[in-house]
Amino acid sequence: MSILAKKKTEFRDARDALAETIRSGGPFALSGNGTSRIGLCFGAELKAPTEGWDYDPSALTLTVAAGVPVAVIEQFLRDENQRLAFEPPRMQGLLDRDGASTIGGVVAGNLSGPRRVAVGACRDFCLGVEFVDGRGEVVKNGGRVMKNVTGLDLVKLMAGSNGTLGLITEVSLKTQPIPECVATLVIEGLTEVAAISAMSAALGTPFDVSGVAHLRGADDGEGAKTFIRLEGFENSVKARIAKLQSVLKSFGESDVEWHAEKNSAIWQGIRDVERFCHSADDVWRVSVKPSEAVALVEAVAPEDVIYDWGGNRLWLITKAGTDVRAKVTSGHATLVRASAETKQRLGVFAPQSQGVAKLSEGLRRKFDPDAKFNRGMMG
Amino acid sequence: MQMPVPNPAVLARKLELVARLRHVLPHDAVIDAPEEVKAYECDALTAYRCAPLVAVLPSSTEEVSEVMKICHNMGVPVVPRGAGTSLAGGALPTADAVILGVARLRETLEVNFPDRYIRVQTGMTNLNVTAEVEGEGFFYAPDPSSQLACAIAGNIAMNSGGAHCLKYGVTTNNLLGVTMVMADGEIVEIGGAEMDAAGLDLLGLICGSEGQLGVVTEATLRILPKPEGARPVLMGFDSNEVAGACVADIIRAGLMPVAIEFMDRPIIRATEDFAKAGYPDCEALLIIEVEGSEDEMADQLARIVEIAKRHDPVVIRESQSAEESTRIWLGRKSAFGAMGQRGDYICLDGTIPVGQLPAVLRRIGELSEEYGHMVGNVFHAGDGNMHPLILFNANEPGQLESAEALGAEILKLCVDVGGCLTGEHGVGVEKRDLMGHQFAPVDLDVQMGVKDVFDPKWILNPSKVFPLDVSASRRAAE
Repeated sequence: MSILAKKKTEFRDARDALAETIRSGGPFALSGNGTSRIGLCFGAELKAPTEGWDYDPSALTLTVAAGVPVAVIEQFLRDENQRLAFEPPRMQGLLDRDGASTIGGVVAGNLSGPRRVAVGACRDFCLGVEFVDGRGEVVKNGGRVMKNVTGLDLVKLMAGSNGTLGLITEVSLKTQPIPECVATLVIEGLTEVAAISAMSAALGTPFDVSGVAHLRGADDGEGAKTFIRLEGFENSVKARIAKLQSVLKSFGESDVEWHAEKNSAIWQGIRDVERFCHSADDVWRVSVKPSEAVALVEAVAPEDVIYDWGGNRLWLITKAGTDVRAKVTSGHATLVRASAETKQRLGVFAPQSQGVAKLSEGLRRKFDPDAKFNRGMMG
Repeated sequence: MQMPVPNPAVLARKLELVARLRHVLPHDAVIDAPEEVKAYECDALTAYRCAPLVAVLPSSTEEVSEVMKICHNMGVPVVPRGAGTSLAGGALPTADAVILGVARLRETLEVNFPDRYIRVQTGMTNLNVTAEVEGEGFFYAPDPSSQLACAIAGNIAMNSGGAHCLKYGVTTNNLLGVTMVMADGEIVEIGGAEMDAAGLDLLGLICGSEGQLGVVTEATLRILPKPEGARPVLMGFDSNEVAGACVADIIRAGLMPVAIEFMDRPIIRATEDFAKAGYPDCEALLIIEVEGSEDEMADQLARIVEIAKRHDPVVIRESQSAEESTRIWLGRKSAFGAMGQRGDYICLDGTIPVGQLPAVLRRIGELSEEYGHMVGNVFHAGDGNMHPLILFNANEPGQLESAEALGAEILKLCVDVGGCLTGEHGVGVEKRDLMGHQFAPVDLDVQMGVKDVFDPKWILNPSKVFPLDVSASRRAAE
């Protein structure tokens, strides 16, 4: 069993220095390298430690300093034939940012890619967290084991808190073996209503679908495409693809993409919302029940839409200043890309019910009593 | 194990409390006769018992809210109770507490197959959730051993897992939304049917909060398509080390079994005597289950067996039929019953990094000798979740105490090798006083700070999870 424990001293020194900085100053802006920051906030940039590893491939667990780039982690895991199963997205293209996404930033945003529909979100792979709270205290929660119900689960709370509760300094994550084979079933020309039905049907089969998305046709005349991904041992993928084609035959002919690199390109494109990168219009991320997705899209009438997670997640590109939230009846919408003025006017994050807002505000005051972190970020 | 002294001011107002509760609940939903409240004196941690002041069985979220308003107003502690199957004393009352049982909240509110979720009231049992959806080929994944009896409310409170969580995750990974009644009676909706609720992840915080933050009355749960088939293989090994190495190799090879169960010699013997499942006489036994079509299962099992053979197994028995599968699982499923035949037992559930397995089992063996209690180990080996069963004789004075002392040593050992006190049963009262071994004072202070936000008067299950001395000032502020 190989356990790599590296640079713990460097990690502790960096963390303790951060705690001291937090105790004596503020306000601070916490956002990793800022590559996926979407909220408006101000303050002095504070960066998580970038050194420190503890990886146990046989236990499928990794503990790592929060400032380590995701790309570095993914390369490191790949050497052991493992990966981060939640497919952390890179938002640089969409948001026109430079720099390397850090794992702390991904966790703080609870950012997940297409595989989320099958295996869970980033937060579901977070086993433990260490953070510095607004009082400058170093707090640990969770651990580095897969099952842990000891005390309140602050790991989930910190994941998705967008730096409003504390500076995440270290995270422990569950890793996953890279499967032997990946294939994508491609159905062309479905209407959006039919695509939702096809995606729901696929997700309702026992064939372990690991990605389900639908893209509209492109300007160059290419038709709409529905993508359904399967992963696993080669024989198993072949057998499941055949069964899936049979289940979905009422939706028309389908092709299968077996080429590994082409599969990567398809799903990376969806993960990183590549389709909307070369435009300046507003981009919204919407969580909705798949059965209500098409009606919402029709109501908003966006310029383009990506249906991911079988229609549970929509990416919408709209004319600048459009208020998508006004059309959302259930679910919620996040304004990912827009001018500061539009973000200010419409708000980045979905407003919450009074009861939930009160609890959230209470938690922020507990964790960060002097409001040092990411002021204005989440309401 | 200590509990706080009941608040005499609350005891003195019992009649008023009962009258106010009867004002908002049907007559038979308020239980106050001493011989009747005794039914709520303990959960499945039967070593500790204390009858509550009153027990209430509301039938709707609104009734729960009315109960909470009264208790909040009068400063009466409330202990929420699912089906009372907690092994950690999560639903153990105090003499001044109202037990709030969800047994009458059993409705299915919505089933949505295209969007793959079900919304239920939380008094529904775990297995009944699956029963509601299996006709359409779906199931609810978390499968605690008590799933026939345990309620979804308790599953959410304890973030319950089960043998198959290696693939499907635990409750928190399968929970989409809740309706929760706050300590002051306010009703809040958190999350919903869509994935990834907006804002801070309050759902993640509530799941596993052991009734500290609110009373969950309704839940939206993710449902999954049932696998085509499931099949176990049983393997025996000469030593715990070898079995542990085999598990590590299987995981590293990229195989993803849905369950990897480990049993050590004391458990193998006890279950053989009791259930006669035909297990081999060996040091360590693994049951590994895979899912999929016939071909897929055969393919996966072949790969697993090939890895196992490198570790010189004493026996490998692949199931060829449903009957054989049942026999392979029979011993594992009767393990607790088998140990129960040999005496009273305490069941712990500390989790360790899987690589530490052989060393921890060796040390448990030494401690078992030292304390003079037999310890058997069943174990979710894929995720490091141990289940040491410590035997004792409840009728012999001092035995419970020494078994508990041994249990505490074992749990501290789990923490010391990089694990935790509890993987799926919860802290309750059982591990409450060990929390200081896993957490620094500041870690506990931040967790208690979260409770302050949800329950400023500390009336919800106030003497659980946090050591009494650590929570004293907060509880006194009631």
